[in-house]
Amino acid sequence: MIKVTYIHPDGSEETVEGREGDSVMSTALAQGVDGIVAECGGSMMCATCHCHVDPDWTDRTGARKDGEEDMLESAASPVDEFSRLSCQIKLTPELDGLRVRLPEEQV
Amino acid sequence: MAWGPPPARVVIVGAGQGGFQAAASLRQEKFEGEILLIGAEEGLPYQRPPLSKAYLKSGDAEALNLRPAAFFEKNDVTLRPGTRVTSIDRDAQRVQAGGSEIPYDHLILATGTSNLRPTIEGLDRALDLRTLVDAQRLRVAMEDAERCAVIGGGFIGLEFAAVARGLGRRVIVAEASDRLMARVVSPEMSARFADKHCEIGTELALGRTVTSVSSGGIAFDDGTEMPADLVLLAAGVRPNDDLAREAGLACDNGIVVDATLLTADPAISALGDCAAFPDPRTGRMVRLESVQAATDHARAVARRLVHGTEDPYAAVPWFWSDQADWKLQITGFGRPQDDSVRTENGAILRFDGEVLSAVETVNDAKTHMKSRRLMAAALTDPGAGLVRDRLASVGYDLLAL
Ligand SMILES: Cc1cc2nc3c(=O)[nH]c(=O)nc-3n(C[C@H](O)[C@H](O)[C@H](O)COP(=O)(O)OP(=O)(O)OC[C@H]3O[C@@H](n4cnc5c(N)ncnc54)[C@H](O)[C@@H]3O)c2cc1C
Repeated sequence: MIKVTYIHPDGSEETVEGREGDSVMSTALAQGVDGIVAECGGSMMCATCHCHVDPDWTDRTGARKDGEEDMLESAASPVDEFSRLSCQIKLTPELDGLRVRLPEEQV
Repeated sequence: MAWGPPPARVVIVGAGQGGFQAAASLRQEKFEGEILLIGAEEGLPYQRPPLSKAYLKSGDAEALNLRPAAFFEKNDVTLRPGTRVTSIDRDAQRVQAGGSEIPYDHLILATGTSNLRPTIEGLDRALDLRTLVDAQRLRVAMEDAERCAVIGGGFIGLEFAAVARGLGRRVIVAEASDRLMARVVSPEMSARFADKHCEIGTELALGRTVTSVSSGGIAFDDGTEMPADLVLLAAGVRPNDDLAREAGLACDNGIVVDATLLTADPAISALGDCAAFPDPRTGRMVRLESVQAATDHARAVARRLVHGTEDPYAAVPWFWSDQADWKLQITGFGRPQDDSVRTENGAILRFDGEVLSAVETVNDAKTHMKSRRLMAAALTDPGAGLVRDRLASVGYDLLAL
């Protein structure tokens, strides 16, 4: 299992375990972490699973996928260089301990 | 509806994409009353789009759930799966379900659609693709099918066809119309997708009417036969509006609602695939079958019930379809008679008279998202004018605006 910590806008943290191959988005939903809407179910049709990857982890989460940038432009909360669509980050063993910050709003 | 306190008890009929979203949005809007979510299907509410895409390959049913069981407990949403509502008593404000009478203060109808069953001999041999149970059956049948025949060249039939081809099956798609996805996309886009499907080795039978299904395959009206050991019926749907109709509510290609998604009965709303609502751009009554409509409708209904917001529903439609390595994305929606203009970068702009009605793109998220923003702005500010002249002046390049 791979541990992921979600940091809410109020600073509170939730650490849950996800399966390898699942996304940071689907892990949050499956473990009942609020703050991710994921309207399109990971089809890269919306920006309602926006998260900010902790700067210490961006090397390992890698670059944005094709088209992700364009979707992020429609995110409801401000986007920065650490912004990703959490549906596009797939859990691998090297992401064990990953930390992501959730934005104020998704819709 | 005069603004009053929020209803004490909301009953939602249909626990699909829209019914689930209505329950979730009510809680997000801080609704404090009771929420009862009644669904005819077993299990947790799930998403349908992957049924004709990833699920057919992976078979991972758990990945389809919109939320885990804990979500419903945590948010105090009472889910009644496997329960069908059989009638509505509007005077008493009660629904009948599973032998019991359930009272409501507000009722939300989110009953979706059912597959159309055209009159084709032997059609009971054909499989459907609407529910998880359908998809499970189809996956099993696909395992040892060599030849698959699809009746209907719409989104669902074509998505299935592309997956089946990808798994090495021989596939034929029969479509009565002379082009694919004719109800929704431009003739140019239909043609592009026809080429794509031919290129990956799918056989297309356009303008051909299937008259019978047998153990050997399908037969056309001209007597020719095509062998198949799996037949999928994907020839469109009809709205599940019987409950509403029997309760005396107006139905015309769906349950008729006003711009706030309310029926003529102030205690009953309808949303998603089953609802016919005024299109925010034109005011024409439309019914859309999409995740976007179901979820945006649900949010609008939740805001109205909790805060009394009566702003007319105003969201730009968007839709996608994944076929082989192509992602078709559509903003707005065109009617078959709308004109189309092909831009240099391959996007297709459709015009309803002089006004932009839809933008169709393939693997071009940038233009798609830009069109969503532009069309949203044009809804609130008609002066933002997405009209032919203005678009022509920039070579129809939306990114230049
Ligand atoms: C295979 C497939 C692929 C799709 N792909 C896409 C896509 O790529 N993009 C996209 O935008 N959309 C897609 N869609 C469409 C999308 O899934 C629907 O638009 C969406 O699910 C509509 O939500 P809804 O809540 O209105 O209806 P549904 O999700 O269909 O839910 C309606 C529910 O109501 C229940 N119900 C009906 N009558 C009763 C009753 N009397 N009592 C209790 N329960 C009842 C039904 O059993 C059903 O579970 C696809 C649909 C299918 C089937």
